[in-house]
Amino acid sequence: MTMAKVIVVTSGKGGVGKTTSTAALGAALAQTGKQVCVVDFDVGLRNLDLVMGAERRVVFDLINVINGEAKLHQAIIRDKRLDNLSLLPASQTRDKDALTEEGVAGVIEEMRDKFDYILCDSPAGIERGATLAMRHADIAVVVTNPEVSSVRDSDRIIGLVDSKTQKAENDERVEKYLLVTRYDPIRADKGEMLKVDDVLEILSIPLLAVVPESQDVLKASNLGMPVTLGSPNSYAARAYTNAARKITGENVSVEIPQDTRGIFSKFFARKAA
Amino acid sequence: MRFLDFFRNKGGSAPVARDRLQIILAHERATLSANPELLATLREEILAVIARHMPIDRDKVNVSMDRGDDVSTLEVEVELPLEGGPNPLHVAAE
Repeated sequence: MTMAKVIVVTSGKGGVGKTTSTAALGAALAQTGKQVCVVDFDVGLRNLDLVMGAERRVVFDLINVINGEAKLHQAIIRDKRLDNLSLLPASQTRDKDALTEEGVAGVIEEMRDKFDYILCDSPAGIERGATLAMRHADIAVVVTNPEVSSVRDSDRIIGLVDSKTQKAENDERVEKYLLVTRYDPIRADKGEMLKVDDVLEILSIPLLAVVPESQDVLKASNLGMPVTLGSPNSYAARAYTNAARKITGENVSVEIPQDTRGIFSKFFARKAA
Repeated sequence: MRFLDFFRNKGGSAPVARDRLQIILAHERATLSANPELLATLREEILAVIARHMPIDRDKVNVSMDRGDDVSTLEVEVELPLEGGPNPLHVAAE
């Protein structure tokens, strides 16, 4: 009966773009017409509300729902731009122990009846918060920067997805996808940054999207708008939109940002450097 | 030479990053994922084989593994009971 898909957006390392990716992917999925809720699991350090532009509308949060202090529908904030997009914020004040295994299971179960996609924005690290965020996942989106510490941490997280999720424990498969963010094609081309192929070869999970380092993503966060809504024609927005279509089962090929400068400007940039 | 460098992609640090990652991750995957269950299984099976031939104390069997870049070692340490001492198998059988 439950057709809903739970997606965890995870990375191990902090600051790689989990929250902006959750917001952008969530909005992109909602733009395909699906009922979507993004859930902030970063208890104590909530930020998804800010990136979604809903920070002044938070009344109740995930912990309130778990503790029975609020009903799910009271805590959920409906997006003002897309009425099939919702947010369940994290608590800012409680300590992480407030997040319980049974509590999370109950909330996710209740949400499965109401939404097509539930996106769980994982906290950084490999502690309880991160394992609870991935616990019920059907799909794991591993956000990775083309940089050694991020790739190493992603490898750890993939190991956890394969062992600590409910699906893994039931011998079922969690679909895993790689989302490369902060990619700089010029530096990758010069051999100064790991290429997408390098990261793919090392982590060996299918590629979902490559989002270049971009002003549009920062601007979107500044304005409290997922980039797919704020700058829909930007490269980043297209990457997330294609990622969303891929998640819904469409056969979309992944575009890898290229160094588009002409041969002469490349030559002179090298000479100058 | 600069002109030739333009056609060759050399001098970048990314290949070093890739190689270092491949080495460290091969090491970590082996120690982090395979080890706990593998060691417990090895310990039980080694214990069973030895116990078939001589009495041993279950707590005095130690199995450890160390994976290195070049050499990996499996260390099995079994402390045998003193000769002429009480035979735990015998005692248990009685």
